[in-house]
Amino acid sequence: MLAYIGRRIAVMLVILFGSSFLIYNAAAYSGDPLEGLRTSTDPKVHAKVLDLIRTLHLNVPPPARYFIWLKGIGRVFTGHLDFGRARDGTLVSTHISAAIPVTIRLILLSFILAVLFGIGFGIVSALRQYSRFDYALTFLAFLMYSLPIFWVAVLLKEYLAISFNNFLLNGTIAPIWILSASAVSGFFWAAVISGTRKKVVSIFAIAAGATAFVLVLLSVTKWFTHPGLGPIMMLVLGLGFAVGVTYLSTGIGNKAALRASITVVVIGFVLYFPVEYFLKKYASLSTVFVMLLLTLAIAIGTGYFFAKVDRRPIIRTSVITSIFVGLLFIIDKLMKTWVPYINTDAIHQRPIPTISESNNLLPSGNFWFSSLDTILHLVLPTLALILITMAAYIRYSRGTMLEVLNQDYIRTARAKGLSERTVIMRHAFRNTLIPITTILVVDFAGIMSGAIITEQIFGWRGMGSQFNQAIHTQDLNLLMGFILVTSTLVILANLVADLLYSALDPRIRVVGKK
Amino acid sequence: MSIFGRRTKPVEEQIDGDIFNKETDGLSQGQIVRKRFVRHRGAMISLVVLLSLIIFVFSALGFKIFGIGYGGWWKYKITDIPNLRTTGCSIELPGCPTLDLLPGKNFGLGDHPFGQDDLGRDYFALVMRGAERSIEVMVVIGLVAGFLGIVVGSIAGFYRGVIDAFFMRLVDFIITIPVIVIGSVLGYHFGSKGVLFLALFLGLVSWGGLSRLVRGDFLTLREREFVDAARVAGASNRRIIFKHILPNAIGVIIVNVTLIMSGAILLEAALSYLGFGVVPPDVSLGLLISQYQDSFTTRPWLFWYPGLIIIIVALSVNFIGDGLRDAFDPRQRRRISRKDRAAERQPIVKK
Repeated sequence: MLAYIGRRIAVMLVILFGSSFLIYNAAAYSGDPLEGLRTSTDPKVHAKVLDLIRTLHLNVPPPARYFIWLKGIGRVFTGHLDFGRARDGTLVSTHISAAIPVTIRLILLSFILAVLFGIGFGIVSALRQYSRFDYALTFLAFLMYSLPIFWVAVLLKEYLAISFNNFLLNGTIAPIWILSASAVSGFFWAAVISGTRKKVVSIFAIAAGATAFVLVLLSVTKWFTHPGLGPIMMLVLGLGFAVGVTYLSTGIGNKAALRASITVVVIGFVLYFPVEYFLKKYASLSTVFVMLLLTLAIAIGTGYFFAKVDRRPIIRTSVITSIFVGLLFIIDKLMKTWVPYINTDAIHQRPIPTISESNNLLPSGNFWFSSLDTILHLVLPTLALILITMAAYIRYSRGTMLEVLNQDYIRTARAKGLSERTVIMRHAFRNTLIPITTILVVDFAGIMSGAIITEQIFGWRGMGSQFNQAIHTQDLNLLMGFILVTSTLVILANLVADLLYSALDPRIRVVGKK
Repeated sequence: MSIFGRRTKPVEEQIDGDIFNKETDGLSQGQIVRKRFVRHRGAMISLVVLLSLIIFVFSALGFKIFGIGYGGWWKYKITDIPNLRTTGCSIELPGCPTLDLLPGKNFGLGDHPFGQDDLGRDYFALVMRGAERSIEVMVVIGLVAGFLGIVVGSIAGFYRGVIDAFFMRLVDFIITIPVIVIGSVLGYHFGSKGVLFLALFLGLVSWGGLSRLVRGDFLTLREREFVDAARVAGASNRRIIFKHILPNAIGVIIVNVTLIMSGAILLEAALSYLGFGVVPPDVSLGLLISQYQDSFTTRPWLFWYPGLIIIIVALSVNFIGDGLRDAFDPRQRRRISRKDRAAERQPIVKK
């Protein structure tokens, strides 16, 4: 195995060398870094040109200059990675280390959400093959697949951000919106759950009614201008989630799992005020992290306590529930920050921003303020990215699920008399995840390059905007920095995908018999 | 009632299989594929939409190939700058679109169906020219990438060994750098040399994935009995590749070329949007969106139409690809209606 990984890494280095050499020369020969200075009327232009020639080694022809650059990169083996200098004399490595966290923040959340929703929708669509839900979702997936992201982004800015901000000034929902939202929710749940005609109608009525009730309640109580959850609402949401997760994860019949996950929610409810106090008093990322660890410990302990046999699925259920409860705490805290946040001068009642990754005018030092700010800045780019990337996962997981459902082991599982839930969640779903996992790894690296467009639209200052700037200003070292980082990620992702595939699917061996 | 409820019962699946076998009985592979494709409603609608859009777009401004020209039926050229239309528009926004699809006395294209830009140029002409360019780019990328992918994939898969290793490392080189990155670098420098030049370059870097798939298919197919039989009968390598293996791999190829094409129109739009693609005075749909995105609040039509055309083209190409995939997939079965099942269940009594 180690020999295999070693060989792959050696091949990878050769490929990186070759591709970086090609692109370095292509970029160097096709552009003129002194272009702007040649037409300049600045009296000191001569000195500037000489200066630039010295820092960027422009007196060396590109193929040879590439090796000067490579020497700096080669120092990675001695621990002093040197990406060279940008045009303005600053180190490229400082640009990159400042830009990477921004880009990761941009793509990580949208990636996770797109994967979760994409796989979820895809699998439900496969279970309802050839139903109206399936056709509608297929059409939507193709539509999303065909959308230019920059076009969607402008629409989102206009219709989501600006309209939502206007809506927040008042905070009441017009009846027509309540009606259409209820109808959409009714159709959605009726299609997802399905059954006989009578049942579909009753599901539609329940879902639409519930949605309408909640929306009217939120609208009447002016919840949107003064949002918050509070202990009671958290208890209700938590219990609902606990039941749902137990249903999917072990089946409602597993009483131990149900008890464990409900206990986790109740513990969260009991601890509401102490946790609230801690999050307020010691507001920092490390507190949140410590809380997360504590939550997980409590969940594992509870699961362990309730489970007599077959502990793993029960602990899994309580852990998933506990993470949701933890999220509710954070959401609650952020909602409490909402009113003071939107009333600051920097925000001025318009909370959803359309541009940049953070608001510099905000008073600094307040952890919850800056977190809320970061999250609100993520809303639009995340939505746009989800719209674009989710389609592929819907299609892919649908296709894989259909293929898996035709396998003999599914027929065997059904023949054994297992419940349909067990057949799908334990036998089909897990096998569907195998090929999807490997696709995801490669995709994540690919999305890094997709950030070029997203960052341009939303004015983020991450890797993508650096790449843009590097091309426009003929900044070769900066450009190569970006390309080296993304292409290394792509290659590493391919390696990880291969290893994961063989780890997940025992039929596949990366080390072949000779 | 449950999320996990099954829609088709095992008995029905059995009946579906019988219906399926009866339908395809005695037909050649090509006939089955054609029959299934025609039955795919989404793909057929998309095919009609795409073809009519292409005819509409290319005839609007006219074209000239090898001296044979057609002037086009639209009254404005992209260089014309007519006066801004004020009648029927609000005073602060002259040049609003005249397209009216509701029946009435204004029904039809009107003088400026897509409106005018801030200078007064007819936006319909601009969008038609942009669509022409975008479709050309799409087709050229599809042809170049398809050709290279097939050639490299077949050679690597058929001859294996050193040749295979060489070509697959080459593919690794190309796949390492994301297409949008390499496209930006190339586009920034060569975009000014013309649209087709840009498309050619983009085609040269987007064949990697296809060639891998074709190679994989070739590796499996060349071990099959019919290839052995052909070889024993004395067929040359050329004949085996073209007459025996390639026809069997054509499904994968066609489907992936359509995917490359729908990706290509979005790639061109994205590059032009970033300023690395088509450059003015030439026009493309991506460029139009990027030029007029700031006027969305004042003149929304300048933003809507190019985007809608991109979506229509990409969507129909995707649907056609889906229809082809279903048609070529031997395991794919159409949806069998209850009526068909009932008919199958009660065999017709022979008189």
